[in-house]
Amino acid sequence: MDIPMSWLKEYANVTTDIKNFIEDITMTGSKVEGYTTMGGDIENVVTGKIKKIVKHPDADKLVITTVDIGKSTDLTIVTGATNLKEGDYVPVALDNSKLAGGVKIHSGNLRGVTSEGMLCSIQELGFDLHDFPEACENGIYVFPEAVELGKNVVDVLDLKDDVVEFEITSNRPDCFSVLGIAREAAATYQIPFQYPEITVQEKAGENASDYISVEIKNPELCPRYAARVVKNVKIEPSPRWLRKKLRAAGIRPINNIVDITNYVMIEMGQPMHAFDIDCIAERKIIVRNAKDGEQITTLDGNVRNLDSSMLVISDPQKAVAIAGVMGGENSKISENAEAILFESATFHGSNIRVTAKKLGLRTDASSKYEKGLDPNMAWDAVNRAAQLVEMLGAGEVVKGVVDCYPNKREKWTLNYSPEKINQLLGTDISEEQMQTIFEHIGLEVNRQNHSVTVPTFRPDLEAQADLAEEVARFYGYDKIEPTLAAGTPTVGKRNRGQIITAIVKQNMVSSGLCEAMTFSFESPKVFDKLNIATDSYLRKTVTISNPLGEDYSIMRTTTLNGILSSLATNYNRRNESAGLFEIGKVYLPKALPITELPDEISTLTIGMYGKIDFYDIKGIVERLFEVLGMSDKVDYITEKNITWMHPTRTASICINDKQFGYVGELHPQIATNYGIGTKVYLSVIDMPALIEYADLVKEYQPLPKFPSVTRDIAMVVKETVTVKEIEKVIQKHAGQYLESITLFDVYQGKQIEKGLKSVAYSITFRATDKTLVDQDVTEAMKEIVDSLSNELQAQLRDK
Amino acid sequence: MKQKLKEIHDRAIATLKEIGQMKELEEAKVKLLGKKGELTAVLKEMGKLSKEERPVIGQLANEVRQDIEQKLEEAKKRLLAAEQEIKLAAETIDVTMPGRKCTCGHKHPMSIVIDEISDIFIGMGYEIAEGPDVEKDYYNFEALNIPKDHPAKDEQDTFYINGDILLRTQTSPVQVRTMEKGKLPIRVVCPGTVYRSDEVDATHSPVFHQLEGLVVDKGITMGDLKGALAVFAKELFGKDVKVRFRPHHFPFTEPSAEMDVSCFACGGKGCRVCKGEGYIELLGCGMVHPKVLKMSGIDPEEYSGFAFGMGLERVAMQRYGITDLRLLFENDVKFLKQF
Repeated sequence: MDIPMSWLKEYANVTTDIKNFIEDITMTGSKVEGYTTMGGDIENVVTGKIKKIVKHPDADKLVITTVDIGKSTDLTIVTGATNLKEGDYVPVALDNSKLAGGVKIHSGNLRGVTSEGMLCSIQELGFDLHDFPEACENGIYVFPEAVELGKNVVDVLDLKDDVVEFEITSNRPDCFSVLGIAREAAATYQIPFQYPEITVQEKAGENASDYISVEIKNPELCPRYAARVVKNVKIEPSPRWLRKKLRAAGIRPINNIVDITNYVMIEMGQPMHAFDIDCIAERKIIVRNAKDGEQITTLDGNVRNLDSSMLVISDPQKAVAIAGVMGGENSKISENAEAILFESATFHGSNIRVTAKKLGLRTDASSKYEKGLDPNMAWDAVNRAAQLVEMLGAGEVVKGVVDCYPNKREKWTLNYSPEKINQLLGTDISEEQMQTIFEHIGLEVNRQNHSVTVPTFRPDLEAQADLAEEVARFYGYDKIEPTLAAGTPTVGKRNRGQIITAIVKQNMVSSGLCEAMTFSFESPKVFDKLNIATDSYLRKTVTISNPLGEDYSIMRTTTLNGILSSLATNYNRRNESAGLFEIGKVYLPKALPITELPDEISTLTIGMYGKIDFYDIKGIVERLFEVLGMSDKVDYITEKNITWMHPTRTASICINDKQFGYVGELHPQIATNYGIGTKVYLSVIDMPALIEYADLVKEYQPLPKFPSVTRDIAMVVKETVTVKEIEKVIQKHAGQYLESITLFDVYQGKQIEKGLKSVAYSITFRATDKTLVDQDVTEAMKEIVDSLSNELQAQLRDK
Repeated sequence: MKQKLKEIHDRAIATLKEIGQMKELEEAKVKLLGKKGELTAVLKEMGKLSKEERPVIGQLANEVRQDIEQKLEEAKKRLLAAEQEIKLAAETIDVTMPGRKCTCGHKHPMSIVIDEISDIFIGMGYEIAEGPDVEKDYYNFEALNIPKDHPAKDEQDTFYINGDILLRTQTSPVQVRTMEKGKLPIRVVCPGTVYRSDEVDATHSPVFHQLEGLVVDKGITMGDLKGALAVFAKELFGKDVKVRFRPHHFPFTEPSAEMDVSCFACGGKGCRVCKGEGYIELLGCGMVHPKVLKMSGIDPEEYSGFAFGMGLERVAMQRYGITDLRLLFENDVKFLKQF
């Protein structure tokens, strides 16, 4: 909302400078976005009089003027304008001057003649014919009457004004007006607020009700419709003072009638509309819902398709306006309109908002209405318009207001307790000070009952907490002493899930991975891209009904697409390697269609490519389980059935045969689908399983007192025998002294028969109570070798 | 004999001074003190001396021997030190060559900011609360005093699953869920992902992060709100930061405020970053609206509280000087490795 300071000062005489004003009013709650000074760009442009015009000797389209600027010497200025004659008073940009938009003007040579400045058009001063209708459209601005010479044109034309842009919060529709902000300004400085005096002479006599009748069919959507009639209308430009105010407020002046409606809207916050009364059939206004499929051509010339949720202003035959949004072309005021109707109505805020949105037609009026306006304002507004008509001589006002207001909104009373207000704020403000604040914002204070009567333009004041805010605002938020809450002490901490999540993150980082963050919604196309089975539960999704587009339309049921897309980005940008992890949620519906909230399962996803193989990513996963104290419980089982993974290079990760994740190589076809031309390794692990199984309790193991004995063993087995199977056998038969087994070599090649492989281990034995003798170890080794041979047909290899 | 011993002594000292190699030293040792060495030879003749002379010469011979041994030891140390020096000189490396690093990963800048802010509040006695991304309309709006026809509910801002279920547009529903549990007092912060229907560009993302805070206890005042958030701001931005509370409007707090912090770039003088204001808006806050307390089953006559909420992307972007929000979701390792 743009508020011209000169206009505001008519109601609240703010004397501080603009910078302080902005700061002060921001701190009482009317946030200033910025301010501009109209005419502020213009420098060194003065009034001058053209004494002589001669043709330029070397240019047909130029003339040389001699200009008197009230100084001892006249200026020589070359111009191409054709609208000038000797004796005209004109704006003269001197050497080293600035025009609107910061354009700089210097003396210059124009075809051999030195021009000591420039004569200006109204456009070069930043205005147009709407502001100065007397100006020449394509030529130099000529003052309509004699002016003192050498004076600053900014002052002579009264161009200057500070315009402050406010951000108004949705709870304060009353502040979408000069009066509303002026009231806030007056309360800020505790100076008087002067509401304009509104009187209408009604010189035309007669009765408005003889001209027009009003019927509201839907009082919920239209609480009030007030109308006045003006006859013998004389449409012409508004006077300069009015045009200037509108321009400063960001509204283009049109003609006196339109300007009056806009003036009232800016000043009071009440949108108004004017109809040509002859265009209203039977002179009967009916406020009703539109019919589905009903059409109206709005003032901007567009045909609008309406539906029954929308409210229209109609006569018995046709809609003449979309209520609160825009008037119809069929009732537009023509140049020769004789009588007009001023509408000052109140409509249901959110209904107007929805209508404007459906029609894609947000107007100055609709954006005011959508905040929800005070119906009691409509009365003053329609009278203010009538007053302006009389002031401007724009017509004769007919007697009376046709006012349809079925349910009058009344003021209400709120009790307050100064103690409770102080308690909430942590302040010690006297009741008297509170009362002063209440009075400044227009509340009536009843000192005996500790209550206030709230005017209807402040619907946001519903309870004591609202009054507390008013007190705090004008007392000053900055004066409230900061304190640290005493109260009941609490212990700040993370819960188990949060602690484990933090450990996982830290561990991933120490494994060299970078944390990724991806969107939690994606395209349903990812299922085909990931080769997910058509009947998979992963294809049952939580679907967004109003997505930004199909690509963002489903809540993900797998985290793969995010991490693979990110890896693809890295691959395409020629990053040699990339290792990413993400802890993010998947969203699994309990049932379709959705009637309850889906399960949101936090998931760890690791994705890598580069100079690595399966065992690198598996190592990362293994170390994670070690850190979480759950290594012993975890099994890795060959997994052939994950359709997007490599069928012979993937392991499921299980505890007690229950899978909670997997690790392996991405299926090459999927890598191709993502445009990644190298092997990709993935691991996906459910976070809830980690949270359940992690064992963070550490117990000290005594350091060994007796030496260990290590024996190496190498064997040849069928290549299908897994290391896990071998280790199981060793563990089972190694006896009580086994401390550890370490795989140190797996070999297939030259010396080994096809279909077999060589596997070598270091096996370490130790006793807790004695030094082992050779015999202890030899017996254990024999047992191991025999059982490997029996159970896995392993042959011991000669060293 | 005296003369002989003196000669041996003098010669030995002279020789040892000259010696430059360990091998020569060994030879000298044998020659002087060995079984067939010079000193031994002299001592063998002790028998020929008179009874009176013998102790005198004996003592002298011992002194000579001890001195030679000491000199030998000194010469050895000197030679070892020289050898060591040569060896070390030969081991010269170029210390300006780069070190070998083990690959280290990096947390996402958003994670860093979220953890840091969470830790500040944990230090002040807050717990971390969490809630679902897919949320009920009731928790996201209604229970927060945002009635049905409030502009914030407009479809243009909110992603809906159906009429009752939506993607939370703010972390505030976690407030309601926490209050509903009925465990008082409450001190929580709730970091999380939120969703709004904004097209992706340099400063907008339909998915972003917020952190919400809530304190409910007996006798909580607006002064407490200011105090807690001032501490937070100083912890996050340094002790010189200034905070400013401006009145504002949120449906779920009353009174409501926005907190600005003095501009990081200019320290409050006014610059391009803060548009000349000297302050940058950081968060919204206020005293929990009595209606909100009541709807969650807390008696506003007995309890009061404050709440605050902030966007986290802006904090991360300002801290690291990131100018394009999209970088946060691209996951280019060249970007991620910078944090």
